[in-house]
Amino acid sequence: MKLTLTVNGDAHTLDVAPNTLLVDVIREHLHLTGTHVGCDSSQCGACTVHLDGRAVKSCTVLAGQAAGARVVTIEGIGGPGRLHPMQEAFRDRHALQCGFCTPGMIMAAIDLVRHGDGLDRQSVRRGLEGNLCRCTGYHHIVDAVMDAAAATRDATAEVGHD
Amino acid sequence: MTEAAAVGIGASVRRKEDVRFVTGKGRYTDDINQPGQLYAVFLRSPYARARIDAVDAAEALAVDGVAAVLTGRDMADDGLGDLPCGWLVKQADGTDMVSAPHPPLAHSVVNYVGEPYGVVIARELEIARRAAELVETEFTEREAVVDPDRAMHSEDIHEGVVGNLAYRWTLGEQAATEAALAGAAHVVRLDLVNNRLIPNAMEPRAAVGVYDPGSGDHVLYTTSQNPHLERLVLSAFVRVAPEHKLRVVAPDVGGGFGSKIFVYPEETTVIWAARRLGRPVKWTAERSESFLTDAHGRDHVTHAQLGLDADGRFVGLKVETVANLGAYLSLFGSSVPTYLYGTLLAGQYRTPNIFVEVHGVYTNTVPVDAYRGAGRPEATYVVERIVEAAARQLGRNPAELRRINLIRPEDFPYQTPVALVYDTGNYQASLDRALALADYAGFPARKAEAARRGKRRGIGLSCYIEACGLAPSKLAIQLGAGVGLYESGEIRVNPTGNVTVFTGTHSHGQGHETTFAQIVADRFGVGIDDVEVVHGDTGRVEFGLGTYGSRSLAVGGSALMKAADKLIAKGCRIAAHMLEAPLDAVGFDDGRFRVRDSNQSLGFGEVAFAAYVPANYPEDLEPGFSEKAFYDPENFTYPAGTHIAEVEIDEDTGVVELVSFVAVDDFGNLINPLIVQGQVHGGLAQGIGQALYEQGIYDDWGQLQTGSYMDYCMPRADHLPDFVVDTTVTPCTHNPLGAKGCGEAGAIGSPAAVMNAVTDALGREDIAMPATPEKVWRALAGR
Repeated sequence: MKLTLTVNGDAHTLDVAPNTLLVDVIREHLHLTGTHVGCDSSQCGACTVHLDGRAVKSCTVLAGQAAGARVVTIEGIGGPGRLHPMQEAFRDRHALQCGFCTPGMIMAAIDLVRHGDGLDRQSVRRGLEGNLCRCTGYHHIVDAVMDAAAATRDATAEVGHD
Repeated sequence: MTEAAAVGIGASVRRKEDVRFVTGKGRYTDDINQPGQLYAVFLRSPYARARIDAVDAAEALAVDGVAAVLTGRDMADDGLGDLPCGWLVKQADGTDMVSAPHPPLAHSVVNYVGEPYGVVIARELEIARRAAELVETEFTEREAVVDPDRAMHSEDIHEGVVGNLAYRWTLGEQAATEAALAGAAHVVRLDLVNNRLIPNAMEPRAAVGVYDPGSGDHVLYTTSQNPHLERLVLSAFVRVAPEHKLRVVAPDVGGGFGSKIFVYPEETTVIWAARRLGRPVKWTAERSESFLTDAHGRDHVTHAQLGLDADGRFVGLKVETVANLGAYLSLFGSSVPTYLYGTLLAGQYRTPNIFVEVHGVYTNTVPVDAYRGAGRPEATYVVERIVEAAARQLGRNPAELRRINLIRPEDFPYQTPVALVYDTGNYQASLDRALALADYAGFPARKAEAARRGKRRGIGLSCYIEACGLAPSKLAIQLGAGVGLYESGEIRVNPTGNVTVFTGTHSHGQGHETTFAQIVADRFGVGIDDVEVVHGDTGRVEFGLGTYGSRSLAVGGSALMKAADKLIAKGCRIAAHMLEAPLDAVGFDDGRFRVRDSNQSLGFGEVAFAAYVPANYPEDLEPGFSEKAFYDPENFTYPAGTHIAEVEIDEDTGVVELVSFVAVDDFGNLINPLIVQGQVHGGLAQGIGQALYEQGIYDDWGQLQTGSYMDYCMPRADHLPDFVVDTTVTPCTHNPLGAKGCGEAGAIGSPAAVMNAVTDALGREDIAMPATPEKVWRALAGR
């Protein structure tokens, strides 16, 4: 089947099998390998991307469901030299170790900060329970998300912007 | 503070590698694709124990796009050898352990669910998956041996392995220990199970094999913690390719925790198949394959007895353990419940008599091998659970009972009754700091307050020790290791003065690209961005033993210190010549070679340039500014500390809430405190996971019941509290950095602390990890 979708601002028209997953389009067709696959049961969140502005697990979305939609991956929010405030906060707070869960964690965290009111440490923990990290014990991740949330409140940075 | 201001040893520098990881530019094995590559899907045993009668691949081979179906028989016919166990354990009677043959692909029998016996290789992954479903394999199922405690009384799994016993191993003085227990005023007895864990690095294992028929060169990209060891095993034992024709690359690796040390059937098959087919072959595990086939951890059944005199001093400890080794001896599986376990049973205490007996048994489960801590969490769990139980039975304060038994600062170096010599430590300092941070004295008030809310509150300590910095080569080889455990490092200063560092360790989350750059930048007085750390490629790094056992900084970092010393010595000779000064008047500090008592000096870069453009240069000195070193540690390092957990239990539901966790650790000198903190946090999460959430469960037929994230409970963000961590410092006495290693402490100390808190709250000792709501509720309800 043919489908058109926008990924990180670029329109792509692809011919894929109907059972193709969004994550496979991202990784295998568009070679955006920052989005990772860590499980086969939609539990780990390493594949989290934004679909029309909301965080989704791209292993659980058919490519066809993203037809006409706006997809943003980790590569679309900021790159070396111009980090997104959430990327910067993760780096500042040592909120990553092996880096494998990190892109999904950052995409989920951006969504959480954008849509969560009055976040505290406990609500950040609850908000990120769909993303597994085996390295950090989450403590520094919570630090980073709280920093990025504070930066947004101070209106010095736009965490909500894709 | 700018990074230029503080980059050296002791500074919490932001990690160099993070820019690529936070932007999605990391390069993991599954991100690597080769032109013309084929995809592999493995044929795996559905039975825990069976004979393979026939494999019929005709229908699969007829599928368009299928390149080959290869079996264990094909591999054996090609002359490939078995996967070896790299550590030969001597039994108590002096004989060698009994090692069952472990073919990379099974050809006659299968011995655990998920064991590979063949592979389907096709143009597309989807085609390979579909074709694998079409392979018809006839098995004759046989009775599985699953329970380690019954394995010695079950049918033999492997021909010639009587009673499924790989070894009976002992350490310490049996007669003296039994006499001490017989004469003790009190003897505390405890039965413990150390639950089976599934490592679950977030990146599943993967491999891409590439063969160049023109040159005969093989390149294997794989998820390894030790690419040189992988190459050595694949070359010397499995005979995939000679070492000089095999390059192993471990690019960015998404966590290991031990599970990526070992050489597995899948990467062996991928590189072999790439040569057979003349095309690159790629395999990436699905998570369900990770659960079934990554080496699991722990899985001990133990009976322990601790004797105390009338004053509460420990007089003897006797430990009997059955260790489940799984269906085959994995690469280091034999060493974990022996040399990494029995040797740690002295803990932090002056117990004069210790005896340990371990039966290592085969079962029809996936092999068990090193998982974060590897033997040391199991030892700590035994010692710290029984010490806490002793305090309760004797009505003593658990902290004070420990205190009167601790090895004192003046006792070092301390020879334990179980082989190790601890070089240094101050266990009282860590204990005192942890008691203060946890407000141990205030616990009764918190307990009373919790009781008013209908909650049962408990507190538990764990004073752990570990042996890290694996390991002095001579000792390791004497004890059965197949390789030395030194580490190599090379520092190449480029003509323009920036620096490329090569290390034989491997970073898969530990941050070596930053920490090692800090060490070198600190020594040479150059900027951290002018130092690049290269690791994980046998084509670029001369040799190395990799990363495990919290060894990278203490051993690999020390190798770099040695190489840096050589460079500075050479630089002094060059500078002395250029400045026309006597050699003994030239020194190096703050980034410059200086002539003592003069204002003459040369910058580090100027000397490096002169070494490559040797116009004004000593005649008897080789050009170039590059040095390498191998560092072999004199002893293990001994990180130690105190962990304190506090829990609240809901009586209606049995839910255990971990309300606070304090960890005070002595890792010796710290290079990057922020990275150390991250290592501690991560270890704690895994140890707390063991205590409260995680367990690998096989049913009586050897089917894994916990084969997905729906069934195996990984700690999530909302399961864990904020951690309170601090450090005390006694520098390691025998390496140039004074560093001990910090990678495993969290996972070693925490399970006992949490379970001591849970058992304190419950008022009974007989609850096994993980303390799930069901178990806790049953314990409370007496059902």
